[in-house]
Amino acid sequence: MSDEINLEVFQHLVELAALELTAEEAEYLRAQLNQQLQAIHQLSAIPLEGDVAPAAHGVHYDAANSQALRQDEWLPFEDTAAIMGQVPEVDGGYVVVPDIPHTTLE
Amino acid sequence: MELCDLSAYEMSRMVRQREVSATEILHSCLERIARVDGRPGSLTPGEITEEDRQRVHAFLNVTGERALQQAQAIDQKIATGEDPGPLAGVPVAVKDLFCVKDTLTTAASRILSNFRAPYTATPVARMEAAGAVTIGKVNLDEFAYGSSNESSAYQPAPRNPWDTSRVPGGSSGGGAAAVAAGEAPLSIGTDTSGSIRQPAAFCGVVGLKPTYGRVSRYGLIAFASSIDSPGPIARDVTDTALMLQTIAGVDPADATSAAVPVDDYLAALEQGVKGMRIGLSPDYFRITFFDPETGEADQQPLPAEIEIAVRRAAEVLRGMGAEIIEDIPMPNTVYGIPAYFVVSRVEAASNLHRYDGVKYGVRTSEPVHDLRQMYRKSRGQGFGRQPKLRILMGMYVSAAQYSEQYYNRALKVRTLIRRDFDAVFDRTGQYRLDALLTPTTPTTAFPMGAVYGNSVLMQYADQLTVAANHAGVPAVSVPGGLDEQSLPIGIQFIGSDYSEAKILRIGRSYELGTQDEPWRGIKPSAVRV
Repeated sequence: MSDEINLEVFQHLVELAALELTAEEAEYLRAQLNQQLQAIHQLSAIPLEGDVAPAAHGVHYDAANSQALRQDEWLPFEDTAAIMGQVPEVDGGYVVVPDIPHTTLE
Repeated sequence: MELCDLSAYEMSRMVRQREVSATEILHSCLERIARVDGRPGSLTPGEITEEDRQRVHAFLNVTGERALQQAQAIDQKIATGEDPGPLAGVPVAVKDLFCVKDTLTTAASRILSNFRAPYTATPVARMEAAGAVTIGKVNLDEFAYGSSNESSAYQPAPRNPWDTSRVPGGSSGGGAAAVAAGEAPLSIGTDTSGSIRQPAAFCGVVGLKPTYGRVSRYGLIAFASSIDSPGPIARDVTDTALMLQTIAGVDPADATSAAVPVDDYLAALEQGVKGMRIGLSPDYFRITFFDPETGEADQQPLPAEIEIAVRRAAEVLRGMGAEIIEDIPMPNTVYGIPAYFVVSRVEAASNLHRYDGVKYGVRTSEPVHDLRQMYRKSRGQGFGRQPKLRILMGMYVSAAQYSEQYYNRALKVRTLIRRDFDAVFDRTGQYRLDALLTPTTPTTAFPMGAVYGNSVLMQYADQLTVAANHAGVPAVSVPGGLDEQSLPIGIQFIGSDYSEAKILRIGRSYELGTQDEPWRGIKPSAVRV
């Protein structure tokens, strides 16, 4: 069985996904991805005529089951301290993160 | 019978009629937890001992103090003549995927191990407003990604109360195990590919996946947002209906919650099945396993005991006046898992990008030189293997160069699966079914360790439940007997959009039609010790 997700593709995905992996994890994950793709390939055998539209939901939404759009009004949350209390590092109400790498766009 | 073994319906009735207090019921459930549950899941579990192997381990966190305050408030209301609501004093175990204010809400992941929810999810808030007592948070597969509970970052993982060497199913396995073991009469779970129904089947309890949008997702940690359906787990159909009654209904905080009136589920329950048309489909009596060696799909018949249980259920319902229609074609059922591999991974990857160590959750404690390294380390250390796998697959199949081949194709297959259901439930069509009757799972509960690690085989545990998720239609699993090893078999009723009242009514009729069968009297082994 050829690996659709080869090492190079895998490393690119890992970079995009912002994941640091151990060598053992990487080996397991890449093998599982390729096995899952074998199952996914069953989809390519399904005849899909022109009138098959993609479904965003199984249940159809129309006027009969959709909520009316609400006014675009903001509601203050009653306990913002409980939200800010979750932030790993804060300074005077600001969220602190490590240096943000800068890239010069060409 | 101890108080904790009563139905939720009976508990609420007794509390409101002052036959027992909410506090007494809570203590009975807490005693059962102390007797059968063993130590709660932990990020640093050490060695799994022989004693661990005998316990259920459903709970991550028993919120006893909070529950006691709620129970005392219910008793206070009763004392002053106020009606606390239809779930008065009923303990509820909450899957740790729902935010409950001021409690740890972890999704069974290390990355959320320090997250204390600042608000309560709508369905939980509705149950509490109806008098329920939140007894604690129960374990699950990490971020609900699994069918066995073994992927939880918190170990020991839940075990099946019928045989603690076996899995309870998943991802709502902690909830199903807790309900089966009498630790709580109700649990709220979520179902994305079978995560309520499959563990309910494995643990011999009732599990309902409502129509997508019937129950609000506000306050639920998202897995696949276009599919996730919160719903009840209970020991009987009446309790399932009672719980659904309190959690169903439109919610301004979830734009996908349906603006459709909520039926009176309890009123419909006892109306029987006379004249109902219930279908059996050959497409649910065979299983398709993908063979990783050959790359071929291999079709096999279901284990005989499971097919026999379903056919016996059909005979019971026929005897009660239902019309059984055979050979219902559901040809796209077989594509449910391949399509799910794509759709659910794309949505999961999108939802998992928010965990970055910036706003909440765990940030790496290692020194880092910039923000990107902080992301990589926090996510690398915080996520287990299943979330990582889903992020990578989701990104791959939705990448610009592959999305037509994979993601868009899977969404079209979802349309085909939906058409199968539309055709058989069409009131003017050839079949005009009220419900399909199918097995819930291709096997009964499998041994711990037997499947875990093989992400393809694990996903195929959901192949008889996932089609209803793609289609969005409601489906309920009810206990349908025991196999030769005394493990529960689940049977499933699938209905059309918003027909929960109807499938619950059929389930209740099946309960009545089998109430004198010997298997009904057998309790899970974890409760017998």
